[in-house]
Amino acid sequence: MIAELGHFALVLALVMALVQSTVPFVGALREDGRLTAIAPYTAVTQFLLVGVAFAALVHAYIVSDFSLLNVVENSHSAKPLLYKVTGTWGNHEGSMLLWVLILALFGALVAAFGANLPDRLKAMVLAVQAWIASAFILFVLLTSNPFLRVDPSPFEGNDLNPVLQDIGLAVHPPLLYLGYVGCSISFAFAVAALIDGRIDAAWARWVRPWTLAAWMFLTLGIAMGSYWAYYELGWGGFWFWDPVENASLMPWLAATALLHSAIVMEKRDALKIWTILLAILAFSLSLIGTFLVRSGVLTSVHAFASDPTRGVFILAILCLFIGGALALFAARAGALAPGGIFAPISREGALVVNNIFLTAAAATVIVGTLYPLVLEAITGDRISVGAPFYNLTFAPLVVPLLLIVPFGPLLAWKRGDFGAAAQRLMFAFAVALLVAAVGAWLAGGGPVLALVGIGIGAWMIAGAVSEFAYRVKIGSVPLRESLRRAAGLPRAAYGTTLAHAGVGIMVLGIVAATTWATETILTMKPGDTVTVGSRTITLDGFLPRAAANFRENVVRFTVREGGTIVAVMEPSKRRFSTREMETTEAAIRTFALSQLYVSLGDIGNDGAVTVRIYWKPLVTLIWLGPVVMALGGLISLSDRRLRVGAPRPARRAAAAPAE
Amino acid sequence: MTRRQRRLTLIGLAGAVLAVAAGLVLYALTDRIVFFNSPTDIVAKAPAPGQRVRLGGLVTEGSLVKGADGSVAFAVTDGNATIKVGYRGILPDLFREGQGVVTEGVLEPDGSFAADTVLAKHDENYMPKEVADALKKQGVWRHGEDAAPGAATQ
Repeated sequence: MIAELGHFALVLALVMALVQSTVPFVGALREDGRLTAIAPYTAVTQFLLVGVAFAALVHAYIVSDFSLLNVVENSHSAKPLLYKVTGTWGNHEGSMLLWVLILALFGALVAAFGANLPDRLKAMVLAVQAWIASAFILFVLLTSNPFLRVDPSPFEGNDLNPVLQDIGLAVHPPLLYLGYVGCSISFAFAVAALIDGRIDAAWARWVRPWTLAAWMFLTLGIAMGSYWAYYELGWGGFWFWDPVENASLMPWLAATALLHSAIVMEKRDALKIWTILLAILAFSLSLIGTFLVRSGVLTSVHAFASDPTRGVFILAILCLFIGGALALFAARAGALAPGGIFAPISREGALVVNNIFLTAAAATVIVGTLYPLVLEAITGDRISVGAPFYNLTFAPLVVPLLLIVPFGPLLAWKRGDFGAAAQRLMFAFAVALLVAAVGAWLAGGGPVLALVGIGIGAWMIAGAVSEFAYRVKIGSVPLRESLRRAAGLPRAAYGTTLAHAGVGIMVLGIVAATTWATETILTMKPGDTVTVGSRTITLDGFLPRAAANFRENVVRFTVREGGTIVAVMEPSKRRFSTREMETTEAAIRTFALSQLYVSLGDIGNDGAVTVRIYWKPLVTLIWLGPVVMALGGLISLSDRRLRVGAPRPARRAAAAPAE
Repeated sequence: MTRRQRRLTLIGLAGAVLAVAAGLVLYALTDRIVFFNSPTDIVAKAPAPGQRVRLGGLVTEGSLVKGADGSVAFAVTDGNATIKVGYRGILPDLFREGQGVVTEGVLEPDGSFAADTVLAKHDENYMPKEVADALKKQGVWRHGEDAAPGAATQ
């Protein structure tokens, strides 16, 4: 009964989305205030209805309602409650419903927090948003309906894929979807602006917080996914250049570029057409990401429950929205008033350089991800494009970008002074050299590229700090004056500093963990001891345990440093009875910022087990960096300049349709 | 700088970066990609010495031999040809005899395959797409043999 309620609510949500697609749109075109006024109400109602549908599905999972096919296929009554709930989106149908829910959530948020938007623009944005919602709700209802009944209903379900029975499933997909789908807002703004044929600095100010929010979630979502793969897959890798990973990296690169170009548009009324294009591209890449992951056209280590037959439907949605938006762009971009042109050495010049490198880097990822598909379609050859490709293409484009990042915030708008900026970065440069030298000394030499890499990481962090120090004039004025200046700095400035430093932190982690990691593979028996770096690791014995839906064989290791016990680590092999599937749970212990990682191979009948031990120096920085970046985004988002009503250039726009 | 010069600077910079990106991509696509091969492909046309390739197929039943130092040997077959594979390291959880597998490495002069990576997709069917297609080509693919019990995948 509750499932039917959910099903019905989803159909009603579709109706609501269709109303929202048309009525406010017509209202906006005819400048009819009565019609545009309904948009916020339909957006909120649509969100509530999808919410009811989603809650009904979660309920079915919690009570293990095996009369629903979706629950039968992906759940089990003995599964812990947390995984019953998260299992709701651990499958194709449920995850698409989550996608739709988040889409509706963003629509409702625009309705709720869009008080400072002109009614007409708000109506137009919500209408475009509803076009996307209609398409995807239709997709769920027609091809991926999670509410289908099965008769007769079985007594027990097939259980969730054991690899997904992890806290990571509770965190990673929702965050990632918030990021993916959040890009739909800037897309809707861009399409609305194109239809309207009017765009100004105020538009950029409205779009920026939404882009920032989406970017923040995307950053966290990708980082969480990376950490999850790191500890769950048991290979100790954090990034595989897998198509599914690339699918999330592409919109991230585009959103990062959009975030920066929108600043130029807001401050200098330039780069308008480019910003619109980026807004379209960011969401298009999100859609392509959804298509790649959901359609199963790609072979990936992370793809779950994909179904090629549905790919065609998503492909149609993809073509409709991307093609439609780009066609609209081609037709209308010329009509938009062109922005100003400016000096290469200036803040806006630096932001343009950022955009050039980011989009070029994104393009290499797009080529690397899609080329195998194209080649197979044409020649039938199957290839895999992996790390060697990206090391040769992506890395050389990102390194110059990282090198110039610290300069950007130090250059003034309109006309920057490169020499002065370089002078202010002397300290950062010295720090970078020092860190590289210390790194060389600690590691006893090491590959030159790696030393350059940690130098770049240190350069970015020290550069961000230098920029902050310059702004508050540390050293050149009394400390109290510096503190007063620090308190007076806009939050967005703190956000920039943190986000740029976060990138540096991540670079340090990536370089250190890939260059100086050690891997030890050996066969051990109880009592055996192995030395890894300054620590010895002893295999104490086996501890079989049982849980509700699996049995596990835990292997206990004691880690000693200089004779004293510093850690007990318990990696295990789990056997899930329903699916007859085995998973390996690695044991990870953090020492300062580095990690010891112990994973198991087969446990032989003679009591010997293959053990893989990694020492990963500074590896936690890889995920700490993105957290710092997202924190920067959050602080920037709280900047009151983004919330305060329309800035000056908007008065002209607001004057016409002031309903 | 005049307006025209500024514009040209920007366009020139964008063009230069794009040209570099395009050059790198083209070079990398000829040099840094890995082709997928079935055992039949490798027997028919051996890859150049030292060239990285992917080899995919079914792990031959009864072929798995584990060495004391963590090294393993097994054979990969597509029903038509069989290639011996040597690997040192921990096999993925989903690695099983009779199941699909993809390995990456180089072909040794003696005709065996030295793998440094063994992939088993974390999929409910344990069957990498390339392997499924290669097996279908060899006619040894039975649809649904690996599907989860009771799953309604029709």
